[in-house]
Amino acid sequence: MSATPMSTALADPRDRGGPAQPMLIARGLRRYFRLKGRGQAVRAVDDVSFTVFKGETLGVVGESGCGKSTLARLLLHLLVPQAGEMVFDGDLVGAARGIGIAALRQQVQMVFQDSAASLNPRMPVRDSIAFGPLAAGQSRAAARQTAEALLQQVGLRPDLFGPRYPHELSGGQKQRVNIARALALGPRMVILDEAVSALDKSVEAQVLNLLRDLKRRLNLTYLFISHDLNVVRYISERVLVMYLGQVVELGPATAVFAAPRHPYTRALLASRLSMDADRRTLEPPLQGDPPSPIDAPSGCRFRTRCPCAEAVCASRAPPLGHWEDRASHIAACHMATQGSGHTLAGAG
Amino acid sequence: MDGGQDRGPPLLEVADLTVRFVGHEARVQALAGVSFSLRAGEVLCLLGESGSGKSVTLRALMQLLPPGRTEVAGQVRLAGQDVLALRGRALQAFRGGSVAMVFQEPMSALDPVYTIGQHLIEAIRQHRGGSRAAARARAIGLLELVKIPAAARRIDAYPHELSGGLRQRAMIALALSCTPRLLLADEPTTALDATVQIQVLILLRRLQQEFGMGTLFVTHDLAVAAEIADRVAVMYAGRIVEEGPVAAVLRAPAHPYTAALLASTVHDQAPDQDIPTIPGSPPDLGALPPGCSFAPRCALVRDACRIGPPPATHPAPGRMVRCLRSADVLATPLASLATGDYR
Repeated sequence: MSATPMSTALADPRDRGGPAQPMLIARGLRRYFRLKGRGQAVRAVDDVSFTVFKGETLGVVGESGCGKSTLARLLLHLLVPQAGEMVFDGDLVGAARGIGIAALRQQVQMVFQDSAASLNPRMPVRDSIAFGPLAAGQSRAAARQTAEALLQQVGLRPDLFGPRYPHELSGGQKQRVNIARALALGPRMVILDEAVSALDKSVEAQVLNLLRDLKRRLNLTYLFISHDLNVVRYISERVLVMYLGQVVELGPATAVFAAPRHPYTRALLASRLSMDADRRTLEPPLQGDPPSPIDAPSGCRFRTRCPCAEAVCASRAPPLGHWEDRASHIAACHMATQGSGHTLAGAG
Repeated sequence: MDGGQDRGPPLLEVADLTVRFVGHEARVQALAGVSFSLRAGEVLCLLGESGSGKSVTLRALMQLLPPGRTEVAGQVRLAGQDVLALRGRALQAFRGGSVAMVFQEPMSALDPVYTIGQHLIEAIRQHRGGSRAAARARAIGLLELVKIPAAARRIDAYPHELSGGLRQRAMIALALSCTPRLLLADEPTTALDATVQIQVLILLRRLQQEFGMGTLFVTHDLAVAAEIADRVAVMYAGRIVEEGPVAAVLRAPAHPYTAALLASTVHDQAPDQDIPTIPGSPPDLGALPPGCSFAPRCALVRDACRIGPPPATHPAPGRMVRCLRSADVLATPLASLATGDYR
């Protein structure tokens, strides 16, 4: 096979800062959606900061309305953040001396949940994959060759599947095509927004294996957004937990799953089903639905559902604290902060 | 049918249910002779992936399949009544009266221009008669039963004004409004968030016991089945390939498909290992292989598997499996099933 855009093995010339420099730093990202005629706003993403290290998979978990998908769109500037900044491999995104949006999108690509809606129904999938390289200036023949190499990489025979239209493929095959298309420009980072959630379990396993294999071979960095904690635990090195537009916990996956520090994370983990009919959950860990992000509670946003809420939780929002390195495990909870005024502060 | 369980007559008996979709160029065999029975107060989970026929089974029971384009054969009896013969008013009384259904997507199952109360009151008066005021009082009672907070106020809300969890609770209230004897639930918690899903599962379990309803619960998720089912029936390509008590089937599956599904479900696998997967994809329902439908993907396949559909056998009381090699599957510990290492 001739040179494909994925020959980006170890020494990637685009890797400027070396392995120690984070792939992406997000600081204070904010995006509100104003509601017409009501003077209110949905605070979809509210002061979110985090870091994605090179070569890792950062899992993002949270329930519907917590801002996961808005966050993904902000990172690619599909939605423009109203506040905050991003640094991609040392370059400030959108700044005069930094990296432009178009250049960012060549290096960061996205795979969406709805595999059918993300593909053009009137285009053979081979052409959908070749579209990006063509737009980026490759010749028609080279773009076609890139597309066929990519189909091979995601486990679809190019001669068999390349000429097919999306409706001629199963859900899992369509999602493989979407992954191939995301890789067509040779990105260094891929954002996977609920990319396996709509698939059958056995197909989900196949696609997860493929994602892990591609990450190894192409030296990729993943931001993996999902509501499925089992999947996130399996694929992520670090995990970020969101609740109503804010980060409530961030840390290595093993630490977060073994010893969650935020009561919301604890409840989320306890809500997982056991797969054991002899050990059924008798009491739901949380009551009610997540509140609307339109009028989020004051102070800590989780306090209305938290079993440990006290007066301090209503009056002051708990800070997330500062991360130092990949091993940092931090939580935005007054109980996790000594001297916060919560009676259980520092207890666990 | 399933190995000598005789605690009273079954509430629902399905025998040899076959559904074909007839199109211009193809006939698709969606169900190929499905048989099972369900007692009052029992929860049977139909477990399977897309296209296995689990939702078609529910829709056939409700006679919701488009009549011109489907051929339904076989027998369905609910408390002795021949369900597939029902027409007109009798069918209307049956739907919602004897049998109620909860769908996956409450937003599309509820009518957006009617309030929750209007939905409930219409159903209650249709099936039980009575005054509007009495129906409204019963409706509020039902909303309280499904733990909707501030029920007296929420009854006048439109579906879009409720959160996903509350909408699904309202759907359950609607299904229960006429105290059905059989509840059909089609992936009712799949669209819900984790913390809400467990609440709704626990609620359904409690209500089902309180009302003594027989429940047919369709899901693709083994973990949901483990949480709610008494028995499971695993479906593949329009057939039930394995059936039995939920704990026994999940602990020691007898069919290679069940075993493979169990192994490929992401649940506490070591992060540094690939998840075992099932090679290939489900068969084309327009052209099923003559033998076992799972044979082309099965690690244990033998020549005999490809000749005809395997007969039902009963490896233990209350368990049924259609596999010539079930003894080998049962003899293999789950851990080595997960690595595909059978022999």
